[in-house]
Amino acid sequence: MSKTSKIPPRDERAPTDWRGIAMTRRTRERYAAERRFELLGLAAVIISAGFLAFLLIAMVTNGARGFTQSELKLPINFPQAKLMLDQQRLRSAGADLALAVAPIKEATDRAAIIAFGPGGDDLLSDGAWLRVRDAIKADPSLLIRRATLLVPASTAIDSAAKDRGSAADKARVVQLQGKGQLTTSFNWSFFSGADSTDPTIVGIWGALKGSMFTMVVTLMLAFPIGVLSALYLEEYAPKNRLTDLIEVSINNLAAVPSIIFGLLGLAVFLNTFHLPRSAALVGGLTLALMTMPVIVIAARNAIKSVPPSIRDAALGVGASPIQVVFHHVLPLALPGILTGTIIGMARALGETAPLLMIGMRAFISAPPDRITDPATVLPVQIFLWSDQVSAGFVEKTSAAIIVLLVFLLAMNGLAIYLRNRFEIRW
Amino acid sequence: MIKMKPDTPTLAKISARNVNVFYGDKQAINDVSIDVWVDQVTALIGPSGCGKSTFLRTLNRMNDTIPIARTDGDIRLDGEDIYAPAMDVVQLRARVGMVFQKPNPFPKSIYENVAYGPRIHGLASSRQQLDTVVEQSLRRAGLWDEVKDRLSESGTALSGGQQQRLCIARAIAVDPEVILMDEPCSALDPIATAKIEELIQALKGRYAIVIVTHNMQQAARVSQRTAFFHLGSLVEYGATSDIFTNPRQERTKDYITGRYG
Repeated sequence: MSKTSKIPPRDERAPTDWRGIAMTRRTRERYAAERRFELLGLAAVIISAGFLAFLLIAMVTNGARGFTQSELKLPINFPQAKLMLDQQRLRSAGADLALAVAPIKEATDRAAIIAFGPGGDDLLSDGAWLRVRDAIKADPSLLIRRATLLVPASTAIDSAAKDRGSAADKARVVQLQGKGQLTTSFNWSFFSGADSTDPTIVGIWGALKGSMFTMVVTLMLAFPIGVLSALYLEEYAPKNRLTDLIEVSINNLAAVPSIIFGLLGLAVFLNTFHLPRSAALVGGLTLALMTMPVIVIAARNAIKSVPPSIRDAALGVGASPIQVVFHHVLPLALPGILTGTIIGMARALGETAPLLMIGMRAFISAPPDRITDPATVLPVQIFLWSDQVSAGFVEKTSAAIIVLLVFLLAMNGLAIYLRNRFEIRW
Repeated sequence: MIKMKPDTPTLAKISARNVNVFYGDKQAINDVSIDVWVDQVTALIGPSGCGKSTFLRTLNRMNDTIPIARTDGDIRLDGEDIYAPAMDVVQLRARVGMVFQKPNPFPKSIYENVAYGPRIHGLASSRQQLDTVVEQSLRRAGLWDEVKDRLSESGTALSGGQQQRLCIARAIAVDPEVILMDEPCSALDPIATAKIEELIQALKGRYAIVIVTHNMQQAARVSQRTAFFHLGSLVEYGATSDIFTNPRQERTKDYITGRYG
């Protein structure tokens, strides 16, 4: 044993046979391994691209229907509708109250029966009268004449118009379309309305605005605090046990399940500070807590990767530490910091669980105007709609998912654009 | 103690006395005393790890950036104690400029590289004045003719030798009194090295220059005074001609004749 393991003296070593069979086989195996590895990588990319394509195609085909809405042309003879409203009142401050007590829903249903025959009121969406009400509010002069309004069709008719309903409904649709009473067009009100119990008149704008407000609050807090913490920890803090402890804590914080941040938000922001419930402000604060550790970790790594020679160079011409940081280190680290911020913000945008805890799952039927108004966000809205019984919500859910994905894409696109602008080539 | 030559013309620009540097428990510099004069290039030579770069970095307190480094002793710039609490380190580093071993231009334009120092120290009050400072510094660094048409290009796109001259221009632009050079040619080819050496000769009259080098021929070519370091101690310090032709210490002689190093 000991003899074989001994390295033979130099002159005893046989010359390597580079062209021998064993060597040729070894070379061939090496090339084969190389090709195998390349194929595996390619397969992985194809599989993930396939999943992505499947997701996108499924979402777009389902969701595309959600962006259109069938509408009926409903002629209403207002003077005969017995609405008990007068124009003067509607132009005064008491308009909303007057409209609230007027029997508009009944008048609308009657008009539908007159226009489309017996059972005509079932063709309309439950919320169709709201459209009539808004039309009267916008133009009180309607009250003294006949007018034809476009009102949303019921879910059954809407589905049938999109090739999905029962045979009877489809026949009805063909009949209505033949008379030119039914049109299917792009659903603009989906982008101006908020949540509703009626799937034909729901809108995504409320949730979209809520998401925007929440993201703004999150970014405003998490980005500066995260970047400044990272700068302090990397550039100023002495390396000792305390900073080690802080580093470990931040790393752990980044891995804490988001629902726990929701409970924290509930306990601290709502119960201790009594901030408004269901508001984008509290949602943003909670998500900022969750996003900050991600930004700190990414920013620290980006700052660490700035070559020390640049710091030396700046110190060498007499730059003060703060000038070194803000003139040289931060600009060079910014692309990396932005990448981390994208990841953190994208996660925050898609987060549902912590927001349920602070009441952002409430039914909010008006888009928020301020960050303290009750609001909901896109993923929570999707969650709420997917839970609804009515069939009309299925396509609205898919449509909302598309809106969320487009929002995410826009946010990431902006961040990538910013990153490339700040990228410095070495 | 090393005896200073009596024929030294004026008061020393930098005078270091009994300098010790520790990295944690390890002593890197052991009781070194050196004087540096304007009009003279001082070369620090010695084998790897002998502490010459560490000593150089005590002269503008760059060692402060290393958390475990500790310096004691007395270092005076024009009679002013640079380790005194009242000393402004930022201004000290402007007065004592530094060129590093590896060219390290900022990843900015050539113009910005040179203009950065004057700008942060408020040395130019107008754009024209800044332009003048930049041009003058690049001319002094012997780089102007090569880059005058592409001042807005990135400093990192230059060749290694040009980058190092850009770094010298950047140091000159702050109008320092002393320039420290830490093996400025070790990453350069012979032609670029020759250019830097010429440049050192040209700059000699205006700035006190201290250069660390591995290359003994270089020390002999560019310097008027040479200090030989070994194992953290100063072995011999004197006129370059004496050190190279007539070393008094056995260790110096062995190093210069290539017996170790």
